[in-house]
Parts: sequence; C-alpha cells; structure tokens
Amino acid sequence: MGGRMIIIGAGQAGSQAAASLRQAGFDGDIVLFGAEAELPYQRPPLSKAYLQGDLAAERLQLRPAAFYEKERIDLRLGVRVTTVNPAARIVIAEDGEEFHYDKLLLATGAPPRRLDCPGSDLPGVHYLRTIADSDALRPVLAAGGRLVIVGAGYIGLEVAASARKAGVDVTVLEMADRVLARVAGKEISAFFEALHRAHGVDLQLGAGVRAFEGNGRVEAAILDSGEKIPCSAVLVGVGARPSTRLAEEAGLTLANGVWTDDHARTSDPSIYAAGDCASCPSPIYGRRMRLESVPNALEQAKVAGANMAGGNAVYDAVPWFWSDQYDAKLQTVGVSEGADRTIVRGDRAAMKFSVWYLNGARLLAVDAINEPAAFAVAKKLVAAKAPVDAKGLADPETDLKSLVL
Amino acid sequence: MPKITYIDHTGKEHVVEAEPGVSVMEAAVKNMVPGIDADCGGACACATCHVYVDPAWADKVGKKEPMEESMLDFAYEPKENSRLSCQITVRKELDGLVVRLPEFQG
Repeated sequence: MGGRMIIIGAGQAGSQAAASLRQAGFDGDIVLFGAEAELPYQRPPLSKAYLQGDLAAERLQLRPAAFYEKERIDLRLGVRVTTVNPAARIVIAEDGEEFHYDKLLLATGAPPRRLDCPGSDLPGVHYLRTIADSDALRPVLAAGGRLVIVGAGYIGLEVAASARKAGVDVTVLEMADRVLARVAGKEISAFFEALHRAHGVDLQLGAGVRAFEGNGRVEAAILDSGEKIPCSAVLVGVGARPSTRLAEEAGLTLANGVWTDDHARTSDPSIYAAGDCASCPSPIYGRRMRLESVPNALEQAKVAGANMAGGNAVYDAVPWFWSDQYDAKLQTVGVSEGADRTIVRGDRAAMKFSVWYLNGARLLAVDAINEPAAFAVAKKLVAAKAPVDAKGLADPETDLKSLVL
Repeated sequence: MPKITYIDHTGKEHVVEAEPGVSVMEAAVKNMVPGIDADCGGACACATCHVYVDPAWADKVGKKEPMEESMLDFAYEPKENSRLSCQITVRKELDGLVVRLPEFQG
C-alpha cells in the first residue's frame, strides 16, 4: 500500500503510530510533524528521574534517530502545523509548505491548563509538559527556597516528591478537599496525603490561589483566604486541555477532545486521532472516554496505525497508569467512576495495599500501592468484564491468583 | 563496550554493544532489537520488557527485587530465569550476556 500518511504530533502516540504503520506493511511516505525540536521522547520521567538529574536527555528518546531513517519516516521537528484542509486533504506547516495526505493522524496531545490570575505570567511560574519545561524547573530544585505547587494531581505530587528529595521546601495548594480527587478514591488520597506530609510537604487542602506577587519575578502566592505564602518559584499542575484547534477548524466533531469511533477514526473518514487529544468509546465501560496516559496513547496509536494502513483494529484496551512518589509505586487499572463499593486489601501501614472499586459484582478499577500482583490480576479481571467474587476479594486469606484461574 | 546477545523467539540473534549504565532494555530499544515493547519506559510498571536470562549468566545479572518478581508472575510464560530487562543494568562484567525473548510481551 502506497500514498502518504501524515502524523501531527510527535509524542508517544505519534511516534508509535509511525512504527505501527510500518508494522502493518504500509510502504509509502510517512511524515511526522513535531512542534518540539527533540526526537520523540517519553514524558513521564520529566517530573521524576529527569527532573532530579538522574537521567540524560538522550535516554528519554523513545526510538533512536536510526529508527526513523531505517523506516523512512520523514521527521519534521520543530515545525508546527497551522492548518488542516480536509476537503483538499492537505496540511499546511507554519512556514507555508503544503503536504497532501491520503490519511492523517491527529496526535496533538493535551497541554497544561493555564492559570489566569493576577501575576500568573510572572517569571518563576512554571508548567510541566516538555523537556524545556523540566530543564527550566531543575535549577529551582538546585537553588533551594520554597516551591509552591498549585494542584495536587499527579504532576504536582510527583514534582513535590522530586523537590523534597532535592531538599527544597514545598507547599502544595489543592482546591479540592483531597489530593488526586479527580483520579483516585478516598483511601488512595488519604495515603498520599499522609505520605507527603511525612516527607515534610506543607499540604493545604481546600486552598485556592487568588494571585501571585513579585517584583519582576514571583515571590509569593496569595490564597483566596488572603494568606500570603512566600516562595522562590511556583509550579502549576491543574490539569490538561486537549489540543483540538486544528480539528475544530477542520470541522471535525469534538466531544471533550477529538471525537473518534472505536477504530480511532474521526468524523472525517481520512482523519484519525489518538492519545491525550482523542475521545474514544470504551467497550469495557460502554461510554466515551478521553484518557491522559502513556499506555492509552500507545494502544490508540497502534489501532490508528493499523487502520490507516487498511486494517480493521478495534480499540478495547484496559486503561492503566502508574505514578512513582518517594518509595510508593502506584499502579492503576481501569476507571473507578461509578463504583458503589470499595474493598481494601493488604497493609496500608506497610505501604503495600490495593483498593478495589466495584459496581455490584463488576470490577471497575484497582489502585495498587507497591502491590504489582493486585495490578496484574485486576488487569485481567477488568478486561474480562465478568462478575468477581467480592466475598473472596474481601477475605485477606484469598490468594489473588485464584481469582483469575 | 559490553556485548549483549538477544535471541528472539524465532532463534534469530541480535548482537549489540551496550553502554555501561543503561539497562538491558534500553540497549535493545536503542539498537532496534524487535520483541521488547517497554511501554512504561523502564519504570518497572508494565512487564513488557520480559527476557529469559541464559542460565550461565543467572548469577552475574543479580537478583530480582520483590516488585519485579511479582510483575513477572503475570508475564507471558514466566520461567525461573525470567527478568524484566529494564531492571538489569549493563556493566562490563556482563560482556557476553545472552538473553532470549518471549514470543509475546504483556
């Protein structure tokens, strides 16, 4: 099969889709556009090992430069695409160059949501998504002083852990009444709250930020309560917004992201979408979802790549996720929304336990702390959609393996 | 640099020169050895970089941590000599290491 495939976005999804196109036997042109100058790289270490200086930038690369040469993938790095014209099937790069496509993939990601309050544009107010962002944040960890983190999601908490490791004072401000409120259950929130406090983080819940102050550079955060917290820098981690401008201007259907069917196809039959920017029906949960995670980006990109090359792949992957903070490894399977019951297994004090989210007899999700066996068993059970033995699950004597045999 | 031999499930050998300090997983990815997915990038979170260490090298590569052992329990066809290659760091003592790859990851 010949022709030209264009991929907009050189993150995990874009890079994987290029590889999957070749694996599916597509032999024509592949053009991969990336707004950043770097070879496609992994973002998770940007808040952890890379931020801490334990990993060289080169080791973030998803694939070596030789891969793109060998697979004849035309990398256009540091080049933004400004326009998609679906009627003419062309994309236009920022320098005006036009490219015709036979199939197009939007893998444009979800950049951080920006705070808009007085002082939010002061130097020293950071966001974290790119290598450049992490590079800009690293000197803050070396300089000491107090880092104020706005938002207790994964980005905020992972950076808090990295900063404490570097000996920096940390205040985390979270508007909700618990950390990770959007993504984890109450037991997990309580665990991470205690963990961060034990490591010296000043964690303030129910705390909104009204403004930042500083003379040419951020020097304090002002809370809704009026309290002033002096700081040397700020990191804002208040969620992400799917990048949908190109899709919208091209007239594609949107649904909290770029709408796709379960084949990763958008409302235009020649255009696909994958990763953080895409909302896709989940056969496991029977509803449309937009997930912000590496595993989801990889799975959707594999489906998109295979189908762009003429295949008939269906997206039915079990969502999963991980986060490392201090000595705690969280592994999540599934999406807990809609649960009417939780079962906790293991030993919270020993930092080795799992929380199982059920709706009736159906297992929706599991959060596992330093408990990979629970993660692995849950992955199989969630995929199977079969009723689980809730009584057995609640019994600490039950061997988890027996639940999947 | 230490040489590592990856033998894929069809029996084909891929010999690569690996820089000390990187993981056996990273050396495979960097040298485009097929059959190692490494979805999580080396965080010991996914078990998609599963390899079988040649028995002659079992002692030299070191022991599995409990986290890794539990992850491997649920990998595709785990064996006694199963390892997650992201958890083995290349050292000069590992020059000549031979690992075999399973047919599937995950």
